[in-house]
Amino acid sequence: MADTRPTASIEAVESGLAAQGYIASRQIATAVYLSQQIEKPILVEGPAGVGKTELAKAIAAWRGMKMIRLQCYEGLDEAKALYEWKYAKQLLYTQILKDKLGEVLGGAQTLAAALDQLHTFGDVFFSKEFVEPRPLLQALEQPAGCVLLIDEIDKSDAEFESLLLEILSDFQVTIPELGTVSAVAPPTVILTSNSERDLGDALKRRCLHLHIGFPEQKLEERIVESRVPGISQTLRKQMVGFIHEIRSLDLKKLPSVSEAIDWARVLVLLQASELDHEIVKDTLNVLLKYEADIEAATPQISSFIAKASRQGVFS
Amino acid sequence: MRENLHRFFRAARGAGVRVSPAESIDAMRAVAQVGFADRDILRDTFLLTLAKTQDEKRSLGECFDLFFSQPEPQQESAEQNKTDDNNESGANPSADEHGDTAGGAANENVGPLAQMLLSQDRSAISTAIANASGAASLPDIRYFTQRGIFQTRILDAMGIQRLRDDIDDLTTRNPALAERLQEALNGLRGTVRDTVSQALLLYGREETENLRNEILRNAPLARIEPRQVEQMRTLIRQIARRLRERYSKPRKRQRRGHLDVRRTLRRNAAWGGVPFLTAWKRKHRDRPKIVALCDVSGSVARVSDFFLLLIHSLHEVVDDVRSFAFSGHLMEVSDILESKSPEEAMKEIMSKVGFGSSDYGNSFADFEDNWMSTITPQTTVIVLGDARSNNLDPRADILRRIGERSKRLVWLNPEGRMVWGFGDSEMPRYATFCTVVRQCATARQLERAVSDIVATYQ
Repeated sequence: MADTRPTASIEAVESGLAAQGYIASRQIATAVYLSQQIEKPILVEGPAGVGKTELAKAIAAWRGMKMIRLQCYEGLDEAKALYEWKYAKQLLYTQILKDKLGEVLGGAQTLAAALDQLHTFGDVFFSKEFVEPRPLLQALEQPAGCVLLIDEIDKSDAEFESLLLEILSDFQVTIPELGTVSAVAPPTVILTSNSERDLGDALKRRCLHLHIGFPEQKLEERIVESRVPGISQTLRKQMVGFIHEIRSLDLKKLPSVSEAIDWARVLVLLQASELDHEIVKDTLNVLLKYEADIEAATPQISSFIAKASRQGVFS
Repeated sequence: MRENLHRFFRAARGAGVRVSPAESIDAMRAVAQVGFADRDILRDTFLLTLAKTQDEKRSLGECFDLFFSQPEPQQESAEQNKTDDNNESGANPSADEHGDTAGGAANENVGPLAQMLLSQDRSAISTAIANASGAASLPDIRYFTQRGIFQTRILDAMGIQRLRDDIDDLTTRNPALAERLQEALNGLRGTVRDTVSQALLLYGREETENLRNEILRNAPLARIEPRQVEQMRTLIRQIARRLRERYSKPRKRQRRGHLDVRRTLRRNAAWGGVPFLTAWKRKHRDRPKIVALCDVSGSVARVSDFFLLLIHSLHEVVDDVRSFAFSGHLMEVSDILESKSPEEAMKEIMSKVGFGSSDYGNSFADFEDNWMSTITPQTTVIVLGDARSNNLDPRADILRRIGERSKRLVWLNPEGRMVWGFGDSEMPRYATFCTVVRQCATARQLERAVSDIVATYQ
């Protein structure tokens, strides 16, 4: 299943992702295509729930590669992201060494001879066996390549960004005691960010910058169709139209694609055939996550339903 | 085509998108993959490789549309040879066809530009303009003040001198033809003007904006014109963003203190107490707490307006701000500023306390009676005002008590130092109790003042 050949065209990317249930806009497909052609990471920005993480999963499933995920948070450091020494084993090793030392060096008459003999042993204390690979190093060691998802990079500290630079531009990391580890097969790297803070220019320069916003109505209908197949066409049109109306309000958190899909599932579960005031009012908490937002949207429900249905008739 | 790409990168820089050489190389590699055939894909490709923020994507998109709506000079220079040939052979017959007035023109001894204009060959004219623009290095245009000189240069390169001579010659011999030429010349001037304006839009936008912002930054806030207020607001927001970027993520190392022995021992218990991992005590850092007292009477109001806007757009850095406005008496305005847009908020504040004659003594007394407890030893108190108290009791004793309770007391005065203490200004008397006294009349001084205040908490 693993397909390491570069993808043939933008259309191929689009259909490949669609087969995994990810309906990509033209821009997303272009980004994925280019990232594979010129071997660059993609930095995906956009509001929460528009499918940034989902994109990485879809690429991994489509290309039949393993996905390695690194969730970023404040205080994440190289010991958790890159590699760590297996301290306990190293400790045991030194103890074994101490016990065996007498036997091994027994033949040496003088201190200088013992030292000479000691140098002939390989230095295993800092060696590959004692390295515990963390996600970033694991991604480089995958023989068949992989999709490396660095999720919510904006949550990490600014120092962590600098750590990533070497991986992003050359697909390699340097471990001081061991030297440089290069990727066996360059991984497809996806970084996601919610723009909570501005990322450094050095990081941005190394990436293709993709912004995923809220999808257009047509596209969102297709996304809902692929994710919730049980929903009828009229209801789908109505609900997507309704959500687009809601997004025009000034809310604390606008409903995004993931909320739309959840809502569609809820409506199917409740066996609704079309939107009406009652059912929208009861299920509005699926779409909106703040009490104040629900209060702001409630008086508009009827007019939004009317608008959404009218669109359905003409389109 | 590579030449065109380079010109596009320059235009992109002009539009305010930072395009580094590395990014332009990436863009070229990407374009080599997708080709030029589909313009939408080409546009997406540039947006992906060059623009790194939402704003940049928008301006790059506009720049792309503008750039590719222009004719491409390279192709035309190939065309030009063709049209030149056409002109030599074809100009005379076409001029003949135009009837009796033009019939004479072919026989007149006129320059190439005049011939071109008379034959009304649009493509030849636009080619000539494009070539002349190249000769005048039009992509170097940066400021709107350069429009005139570039127009002159382009017209010179097209041979306007010869055309003028021709017109002078013809006015006596063939007035009708001269009139037609004069009209065509006016038309040509218009076209050249449009070309230059478009080039300025493409290549010079950022420089123009920089120049304008630079002027605006040093202009006294109290005297800017109403039409500049909106630009000033944008500028203040930019300043706020810069301050946020600088101060919102403090460097960790600076906070690192002594070894935390207890936590280190606990963390390394698994390795028999051998300290592989160390834990450090963190130095405690105060989050900035600001109490702002703003005079909103008369001429100081504008400065207070921008100051409050700046302070309140710094939530990420300063999470605890209480704002008070006063002229005759004092009231808290934090809620108004947080719940409304800047314009509405200022309007409401003005209608409640603004435009009275200022009474510093009374206002300080109001503050002491109601809100003195908001000041803690971590608070920075900022007073913004001209300290002109209309000869009423200044109540400097209250200011002394405020200064003693707070971490710092900063006075920002929009007036120049020269006039402090003259007339009804109480500045020297107040100044003795303040930690810092600064003049604060322009956006630049405002930025310095706020930046210094926030920096003391780092």
